[in-house]
Amino acid sequence: MTTNGLLQLVIFFGVLLACVKPVGFYMARVYSGSTTFLDRIIGPVERLLYRLCGIDKTAEMTWRQYSTAVLAFSLMSFLTVYALQRTQGWLPFNPESLPAVSPDSSFNTAVSFTTNTNWQGYGSEITMSYLTQMLALTVQNFVSAAAGMAVLVTLIRGFTRHTTDAIGNFWVDLLRGTLYILLPLSLVLALALVSQGVVQTFGSYQEVTLLEPTVDAVGAEITTQTIAVGPAASQIAIKQLGTNGGGFFNVNSSHPLENPTPLSNLLQLLAILLIPAALCFTFGEMVGDRRQGWAVLAAMLAIFVPLLTITLMSEQAGNPTLAQLGADQLATDLQPGGNMEGKETRFGIVNSSLWAVATTAASNGSVNSMHDSYTPLGGLVPMWLMQLGEVIFGGVGSGLYGMLMFAIVAVFLSGLMVGRTPEYLGKKIGAFEMKMASLAILFPCAMVLVGTAVAVASTSGSETIFNPGPHGFSEVLYAFSSAGNNNGSAFAGLGANTPFYNCLLGLAMLVGRFWVMLPVLAIAGSLAAKKTVPSGPGTLPTHTPLFVVLLVAVVIVVGALSFFPALALGPIVEHLLTSTAR
Amino acid sequence: MTKASTKLFDSKILGDAIRASFSKLDPRVQLRNPVMFAVYLGSILTTVLWLNSLSEATGESSMFVFGVTIWLWFTVLFANFAEAIAEGHGKAQAASLKKSRTTVIARKIANKADRIANEVPANDLKIGDIAIVKAGETIPADGEVIEGVASVDESAITGESAPVVRESGGDRSSVTGGTRVISDWLIIQVKTLPGQSFLDRMIAMVEGAQRQKTPNEIALAILLAALTLIFLLVVATLLPYSIFGVEVSGQGKAISLTVLVALFVCLAPTTIGALLSAIGIAGMNRLSQANVIALSGRAVEAAGDVDVLLLDKTGTITLGNRQATHFIPAAGTTEKELAEAAHLASMADETAEGRSIAVLAKKQFGLRGRELEHIQPHFVPFSARTRMSGVTLDGHEIRKGAAEAVETHVRSLGGFLPEDVRSAVQVVAKSGGTPLVVSRDDKVLGVIELKDIVKGGIKERFAELRQMGIKTVMITGDNPLTAATIAAEAGVDDFLAEATPEAKLSLIREYQKGGRLVAMTGDGTNDAPALAQADVAVAMNSGTQAAKEAGNMVDLDSNPTKLIEIVNIGKQLLMTRGSLTTFSIANDVAKYFAILPAAFAATYPALKALDLMRLSSPSSAILSAVIFNALIIIALVPLALKGVAYRPVGAAQLLRNNLLVYGVGGLIVPFIGIKAIDLLLSAVGLA
Repeated sequence: MTTNGLLQLVIFFGVLLACVKPVGFYMARVYSGSTTFLDRIIGPVERLLYRLCGIDKTAEMTWRQYSTAVLAFSLMSFLTVYALQRTQGWLPFNPESLPAVSPDSSFNTAVSFTTNTNWQGYGSEITMSYLTQMLALTVQNFVSAAAGMAVLVTLIRGFTRHTTDAIGNFWVDLLRGTLYILLPLSLVLALALVSQGVVQTFGSYQEVTLLEPTVDAVGAEITTQTIAVGPAASQIAIKQLGTNGGGFFNVNSSHPLENPTPLSNLLQLLAILLIPAALCFTFGEMVGDRRQGWAVLAAMLAIFVPLLTITLMSEQAGNPTLAQLGADQLATDLQPGGNMEGKETRFGIVNSSLWAVATTAASNGSVNSMHDSYTPLGGLVPMWLMQLGEVIFGGVGSGLYGMLMFAIVAVFLSGLMVGRTPEYLGKKIGAFEMKMASLAILFPCAMVLVGTAVAVASTSGSETIFNPGPHGFSEVLYAFSSAGNNNGSAFAGLGANTPFYNCLLGLAMLVGRFWVMLPVLAIAGSLAAKKTVPSGPGTLPTHTPLFVVLLVAVVIVVGALSFFPALALGPIVEHLLTSTAR
Repeated sequence: MTKASTKLFDSKILGDAIRASFSKLDPRVQLRNPVMFAVYLGSILTTVLWLNSLSEATGESSMFVFGVTIWLWFTVLFANFAEAIAEGHGKAQAASLKKSRTTVIARKIANKADRIANEVPANDLKIGDIAIVKAGETIPADGEVIEGVASVDESAITGESAPVVRESGGDRSSVTGGTRVISDWLIIQVKTLPGQSFLDRMIAMVEGAQRQKTPNEIALAILLAALTLIFLLVVATLLPYSIFGVEVSGQGKAISLTVLVALFVCLAPTTIGALLSAIGIAGMNRLSQANVIALSGRAVEAAGDVDVLLLDKTGTITLGNRQATHFIPAAGTTEKELAEAAHLASMADETAEGRSIAVLAKKQFGLRGRELEHIQPHFVPFSARTRMSGVTLDGHEIRKGAAEAVETHVRSLGGFLPEDVRSAVQVVAKSGGTPLVVSRDDKVLGVIELKDIVKGGIKERFAELRQMGIKTVMITGDNPLTAATIAAEAGVDDFLAEATPEAKLSLIREYQKGGRLVAMTGDGTNDAPALAQADVAVAMNSGTQAAKEAGNMVDLDSNPTKLIEIVNIGKQLLMTRGSLTTFSIANDVAKYFAILPAAFAATYPALKALDLMRLSSPSSAILSAVIFNALIIIALVPLALKGVAYRPVGAAQLLRNNLLVYGVGGLIVPFIGIKAIDLLLSAVGLA
């Protein structure tokens, strides 16, 4: 890696970690209902919305009521997104007169955006009207993210409250998260992106004359090109901040109008990890012991950094097959070197690899390079990060609550090992919590394994696998890892816009979202009802490096044991085949 | 009950356990343990595959299938064996208890005055019935003595051969069914139904018949079931993956069912799954070896979580009674003179305090009782009115008693309490002792200092408890001043002085409200409310029936410091489960590296690179992993029965040690073990 590349990494991590505390602290205030500096501007809007919707701000819910609210809200969102896609042909803001989206694709997309996955089986600029993009997709980018954060906050309340069945009000959490956190941050980011040249217009696609005319397949001369534009900046800001990842354009953030400059690239990268990382601090702040939050963040980084290094190293090392053919893959001042297939030359190895790892660590899924073209090991990392359950940063809210499920398992094991009924943050972990945490870990895992199995075993699944050998298998495995863990990034090379994949992946996304959320809410309710046990010298501290090591070990071991065979038949064997081909 | 054999593998128990390993193959028994049930099904499946491979060519060596099948069955049998041997230890204890539960004929009487007994079988007694028991007879049921005093042989329960006194009223009124009256007679009122007596419950507990899963055990079982389910999915989906792999690579053939089952059994947490119930039973056995009977398994587990320990001062922290430690003479009296008078005054005093005065006088001045033989002493026993005791001889009135009582006495004779004696009294009281003033006629001779003697080694035990994170609270009826002195001397964290039953109860409630788990010991009826409230309540076997009913454990040795041991056992129980779970999961890593390259040797020869152990052949690799998986269960049975050693160090230190031993150890051991088995297999030409 070049010094320049290293420097960029240092800047990225430096800025990210510097933002964790202020943003995390601010979010803790928002969710505990304390005053913030935005109250004067947003307060009246908030109160007006409560009045319009008839929400009693002080009425709290039990975990069952909260779950019902989350499910009802998600169902409404799903129906809205589905209906808008099916009727967009008759609706305004459709300058390209795009027709209704097919039923299976609409289902897939509706599920995808309400579950904060943003898997895109379609090509945006030739499928979705401006109205659908804004009213259906962008709105979901906000509220599905806010719903994830609401569930996390509920879990935190479970830890902080005692002997109560009230765990908060979903509508208040949803609204405050959207109004005070996502909207202001998106506004700032969108403006910054526009300043870098990201488009934001309601105008129709632009017809431009080519500087260098070319010929098409039959030999006819082509002199003009249609350039897709639209209200992109506003959607891109929230796509990154809300760990959504659904691109405005088909090629996502490798599109020059979606991610034009190195600065826009850095800003978007930061936006991907900003809220998930800062929520760790929010967690520590809200439970009244910041060290707890830092410990979780440390565990995430302890997995993130080594995996990033693996991807960087194997991408920089380049493709052994090309090396055999005498291609120069060394980094010099004139070329980035390494495996540049599927990467933008303006981003190079470091910024592409960092993006690939960050977008899969967080359940973002936006891309600025094509993961399908990564070296086998370079591509294994993003896939495995998703398979870990999207808990290394993960989705906004969902990542941390997923990580806390692993923390509960780690606490349980360590509690037993020190001879004491396990307790986490003063709450005893009993059979009910273990049952729910196991479900939350089990379901996404099952969706990935079983989904992949069904796809490779059936004709409708295997006929759209376009690549031979283990790589084809990796593509299917990647698709289900992405959907089952609500990431949304794609390996490409797989024809996924078929009724088969649209339905099966849609199912995986639904299970991966709600079968984690419901157990988490159940745990929140159960914890809130318990007494708080004061910690003593016999209590195992959960903010120490030792606990971080244990947490990391539990995440890695569960992830490795569940997916080692599948990975061995995909990227690992591919790596061994290509490296021995030398 | 005789102390259960401490030998882990008694030949009788071993034989029974081996037999039980087979009888436990009943599917209804297997179904109770989800992890092992899955292995059980796997074994049946491979058996069918083996039979199939005998009759038709399946492309798999039937020797190999047979090898896997046999070892899978061994895995199941080993798990059964572990449970059976733990149960065997319990049964051995129960058997000796049962001997005392022969059919007993009770002499039922209508009321206390009635002397015409009606002979009925003990099993027909109902609560409230009254029975008379004479010397040489067995007490028919648990009950309360309502009349009589007798010595009772309770060795059947306590293992203690010295008989104990049981009498009506007070704290020694409870009797246990199955114990024998040695002298005199008792009239008892039945307090429990037949079949629910203390002895019955004890037998049921140690036999494990009533063993219910404890909360942590249930939580762990859920985690293990979830892991098993994940591995089941991993293995089940591997079949379509491998079929697809064969299709795209165009070589080899799909993974066989035998290998899939072998892989599943190796991955599933069989080690802990097989030993889980043995660990639980062994924990209860350890407890009964410590002569403690837990009336619920939950209480044992809770003992490991105890935060606060309430201990009675008398008998637990201090030696049973106060003892004389000093003679402080008044001005004009020698210490020997005082000692002599004190000695005489205590001649007939049979209380422990009185005896200790005689002992001190003898020790310091060699005074002996024989001088008294030719004089005619007139002993004055202690009376509540005078609050003094003493002796009158040669016309001299020698008295000892509380300062105020003696002062009143000497004043009535025209004497007075000198200032130096008064201040000595105050000094003694302030230092936590009890001052007794001695007088001869109207003259005050001086003060005897009685002090609580803190038991040797108790301070270290409390320090140990503190290290474990447990707070100790001393309960005493003494005044706060005395209590504070003893508390400081014994090194307890806190004390409750002038304790009444209500004060104890509210103290426990207060701790519990703060989320603490409270343990206490007690023996008297007035302890019963507090015992019922405490989370872990150890009743002394010598205590009243009420106390025993209120507690959730009974200490047969009636040793109040036993709680510390109980806490240890509770912690050990959890630690053994946790450590073996960690070990079991860590083992899987090596098994992957053994089985995966072997399973795909034909389809993707490149995966050979993952074969870190360089095993001799694919079939040997798979067989070695399966054999290791089975053998490790047997290898860990002693650990499961004995429990992981607990040392009172901080939680973090403990976790670090156990992670290192069972986590890191669990990663490394199977690599070595599987390789060794592989070498052995190829050496004997089986692979």
